[in-house]
Amino acid sequence: MLLRTRSGVEPLPSEITPRPLYESRRAVLRAAAAGVAFWSTGAAYAAPAVRAAADAAPAKLQARPSSYSTMERQTPYKDVTGYNNFYEFGTDKEDPARFSGSLHVRPWTVSVEGLVARPRQFGIDELLGLAPLEERIYRMRCVEGWSMVIPWIGYPFAELMKRVEPTAGAKYVEYVTLADPAQMSGLRSGVLAWPYVEGLRIDEAAHPLTLLTLGLYGEVLPRQNGAPVRMVVPWKYGFKSGKSLVRIRFTDRQPVTSWNRAAPQEYGFYSNVNPEVSHPRWSQATERRIGEDGFLQRKRPTLKFNGYGEQVASLYAGMDLHKAF
Amino acid sequence: MPAWTCTRHSDRASRVSAYGRPAIRSDARGALATLIAARPRVPAIRPSARALAWIRAVLFVSALVPLARLFALGYADALGANPVEFVTRSTGTWTLVMLCATLSVTPLRRLLGWPWLLRLRRMLGLFAFFYATLHFTTWLWFDQWFDPASMLADIMKRPFVTVGFTAFVLLLPLAATSTQAMMRRLGRRWQELHRLVYAIALLGVLHYWWAKAGKNDVAEPFVYALVVAGLLAFRLVWTTAGAVRARRATPPSRARAPGRPGRRRP
Repeated sequence: MLLRTRSGVEPLPSEITPRPLYESRRAVLRAAAAGVAFWSTGAAYAAPAVRAAADAAPAKLQARPSSYSTMERQTPYKDVTGYNNFYEFGTDKEDPARFSGSLHVRPWTVSVEGLVARPRQFGIDELLGLAPLEERIYRMRCVEGWSMVIPWIGYPFAELMKRVEPTAGAKYVEYVTLADPAQMSGLRSGVLAWPYVEGLRIDEAAHPLTLLTLGLYGEVLPRQNGAPVRMVVPWKYGFKSGKSLVRIRFTDRQPVTSWNRAAPQEYGFYSNVNPEVSHPRWSQATERRIGEDGFLQRKRPTLKFNGYGEQVASLYAGMDLHKAF
Repeated sequence: MPAWTCTRHSDRASRVSAYGRPAIRSDARGALATLIAARPRVPAIRPSARALAWIRAVLFVSALVPLARLFALGYADALGANPVEFVTRSTGTWTLVMLCATLSVTPLRRLLGWPWLLRLRRMLGLFAFFYATLHFTTWLWFDQWFDPASMLADIMKRPFVTVGFTAFVLLLPLAATSTQAMMRRLGRRWQELHRLVYAIALLGVLHYWWAKAGKNDVAEPFVYALVVAGLLAFRLVWTTAGAVRARRATPPSRARAPGRPGRRRP
């Protein structure tokens, strides 16, 4: 018989409020807050119809566990899907959840091109079945100084590389996000030069931690998180992990990436998580874990390579990471 | 005689205005009248002492609504995924709003001809200080957790923090000398000291601008920059127009030296 002892932090099953009950409580509180916050944009409360249509029964994904997963507490689903940077839908953190309902995620094709032996297009269903899906619970550190722990679902990007066979001349890979003004309201602003482009050195792309990602929390990716397919590069700042990808190009030249182009002194091509290299406008030494650190708990120290140094530090042997930031 | 030239307002109001902006020179008034001839006719509202007390009470409560909203949202667990960031931004925004409100008192009272608006200015200024203090405390406590080394690095190394911190420090003497007694004690120097508010407003906008610049998103800072620029430009135009007309109207021998105080009301 399996004996379980109470650790002191674990509540008794009888003490746990049933989910429907606490959700209804929260709905009441939120409605009260909405009444108080009458001068806030109102868009959040006007949009549920759009969101309901978009979110109707997100498809479940089966995935096997991975030894690369962290055991840290996972960031609540509502924060993972409600606090996003996805400028194609607006620059506020709540904008992607509000406005991404207009994104058509099916049909969807990703064109893989450039210095590869077999350039071709992949439909989203083909991508979903390309390799066994794994759940990878990764830390995600945003360059802005906050972090999450997210159970992603996908497989190593290297699996895709195997299918297209990059040539010997391919030194880098760049991946491009959809830029369709009809579906993405944020494109009207000139915040960045669209489309959003990010990239990796080929050995970074081939690293087993680099995840071609199709889902999170057991479901296909929500739109605000980069549906239907995105990159996740857990040892780099979040903006390196391009969302809603339509084109992947292998190249012999370092890609001109969006944030590097917009503010080269602030965002380098590598953008590895590094507490020793400050952003010009804030320190990167600490981070606020969303859902945990805030008014009650102070920020936590940021780990070099976001704690994945053991796996990836060798990629940068001999490099001055203060210069190649 | 338009209401804004009214000199026989209630005694207390006159006393306050004597310590506020310099009284308008009588020979400049003609020029200014031309300047604002196109303004829509505004009734010469002169609230009674009782009415004014009510106006101040309503303003006081309204100015606390943003803070009450933060508490309500906090209680409802509706401050979003990053509550500290939410509170930082909200208190920062309301500091700027209150600063703009404070700076708009003089233009409004001149354009509308409502001298009693001056009697709301101290409260607005103190609310700007109030929200700035909340903004600063959020940074000091919930961002830096009172870590002196980290705070010093933030202030020294990061221009947008340097600028914000400077603006806050400059607000301190203004808040400290905001009382009636300090006004009396400092006399003319009070007014000179309180001109710091122009620098504070500019630094505040710059702080916001730089905070947003790296994210390439300066739409909102731009709005505040425009408002502050407009409010300061009004003063420049008002003063220059007055000075030009005054020089033309006065024989050179009797012209006042520039910068000398204008006639003061008793």
